Amino acid sequence: MDETAVRIRGLRKRYGDVDAVDGVDLDIPRGEVFALLGPNGAGKSTTVEILEGHRRRTGGEVAVLGADPGRPTRRWRARIGIVSQTSEERPQLTVRETVRHYAGYYPAPRDPDEVIEAVGLTEKAGARLARLSGGQRRRVDVALGIVGDPELLFLDEPTTGFDPDARRQFWKLIESLAGDGTTILLTTHYLDEAEALADRVGVIARGRLVEVGTPRELGGRATAKAHVSWTGPEGPRTLETHSPTQVVAELSQKFDGEVPELTVTRPTLEDTYLTMIGAAR
Amino acid sequence: MTAQAMPSTLRIGLSRGALELRTFMRDREAAAFTFAMPIVLMLIFGTIFKGEIKGTGVDFRQYFAAGIIASGIASTTFISLGVGIAQERDDGTLKRLYGMPMPPAAYFIGKTITALVLSVAETVVLFLLGHVMFGLNPPGTPERWFTFVWVFVAGVTVCTLLGIAVSSVPRSGRGAAAVLNVPYLVLQFISGVYFTFTELPKGVQDAGAVFPLKWICQGLRSALLPDTLLPVEPAHAWEHGRIALVLAAWAVAGFALCLTTFRWKRRDDG
Ligand SMILES: Nc1ncnc2c1ncn2[C@@H]1O[C@H](COP(=O)(O)OP(=O)(O)OP(=O)(O)O)[C@@H](O)[C@H]1O
Ligand SMILES: [Mg+2]
Repeated sequence: MDETAVRIRGLRKRYGDVDAVDGVDLDIPRGEVFALLGPNGAGKSTTVEILEGHRRRTGGEVAVLGADPGRPTRRWRARIGIVSQTSEERPQLTVRETVRHYAGYYPAPRDPDEVIEAVGLTEKAGARLARLSGGQRRRVDVALGIVGDPELLFLDEPTTGFDPDARRQFWKLIESLAGDGTTILLTTHYLDEAEALADRVGVIARGRLVEVGTPRELGGRATAKAHVSWTGPEGPRTLETHSPTQVVAELSQKFDGEVPELTVTRPTLEDTYLTMIGAAR
Repeated sequence: MTAQAMPSTLRIGLSRGALELRTFMRDREAAAFTFAMPIVLMLIFGTIFKGEIKGTGVDFRQYFAAGIIASGIASTTFISLGVGIAQERDDGTLKRLYGMPMPPAAYFIGKTITALVLSVAETVVLFLLGHVMFGLNPPGTPERWFTFVWVFVAGVTVCTLLGIAVSSVPRSGRGAAAVLNVPYLVLQFISGVYFTFTELPKGVQDAGAVFPLKWICQGLRSALLPDTLLPVEPAHAWEHGRIALVLAAWAVAGFALCLTTFRWKRRDDG
């Protein structure tokens, strides 16, 4: 079996005179959780929807599970799961009716009640969608994305509208799917989400993939200087250094004990990310 | 990994039909709009219209009842599907379906089942009302029953196909009802629903005769009303052959339109 779940070469998409996706190359191996980060309008949804077979590309080559998504077949569709950035379901139906119905489209679906449990809607299983909150409706979308037991799952900003608790629960779900070998491509604006879930992160800005790497090493984060801050007699001070331990030891001697308001920080993923998309502007 | 069998198109289609009907029953607005409207119109105009059609011995309200049954069929097929599909396209339901392993035919099987069930129910209700209020009788002979059935089936088929085709016209789901009701209302007036067809100006009759509703009305009259009505029919005959021909032509045109114009996405979806 092909070891690459998603293979993208020179992908382009133009809308009028806007290059929404401008020459993206990317390989996502099977079993990986890949997070696509990028500011609004960067081209995340466009890229993902081309991979899903929802949009036509202007140029480049794409293979998803070995097939061209521009010519989707039923068998291929049964192997992928999609959670779009926006979608709606019939408000008149209950959660259970909805999930059961769509399960019937797949050759080997997951058990609908188990799926409802996995997205944390068991208590609302008998409620009509009209009576669900925004975050609860979003969980129905996630349920429909996984009900077919996909090999490859696309999630376009899946946790928008989730409360912190629901987000943690969603992370657990993703971890368990990944544990079962599901390949996952998700887009998100939450950097902690990318950091918690993704094996690798890609940052896209103005239709170009500016960097790909593990969350730890993205943007040279692992080797970046640490910031040591404290308050001295002459006010707040900050030092950038590759050897923070040594700096702290020296400070400790100088102050003869506790250093006032001492902190040692490394750039967060958010810092790195903001620098990166700032540079791409 | 053994390849599991895909669920059959028919099975998914039937399950979609059941889902659509269940949704419809719970959707008061759609039910009021497409199902109750013809019934309300029948009650209103039934109390306004009076008298016999000259020289035929037929109560005009019975003539009207046959016409409103045809309108009812158009409402539960053409309007209901046209508006419903436009809304599903707009709210992303069609996009979701396109992203799932659903054979397209299953979607149309589901729609056809819904349209057929609702049309039968609408026709039964309208007929019973016509019977109680205006003394409309069921077809009197097996031949007339046969006519009734084939005109009904042909009417449902044509209006279903045209409803699916016309769903691509409105730009948004919200505007769909307004857009579709214009042709629907105009056709009702020029097809012999509210007025005796042959009393319409000649040009209006010619225009009406282009469209299917006029022929469905005429076919239903031929099944439900006595031959004494023939002097006020356009050809002084029921013209079954011509009815069949016009409806068949519209069915072919509607089918071709469906195949060429149906979109799973909004216009601006990229
Ligand atoms: N259907 C469309 N027609 C025209 N332009 C479009 C269309 N869809 C997207 N665009 C443009 O393409 C660019 C990328 O849009 P896209 O939706 O892929 O961004 P995104 O990264 O998903 O943003 P967000 O974080 O806001 O979801 C934007 O400039 C957008 O205006
Ligand atoms: Mg997006």
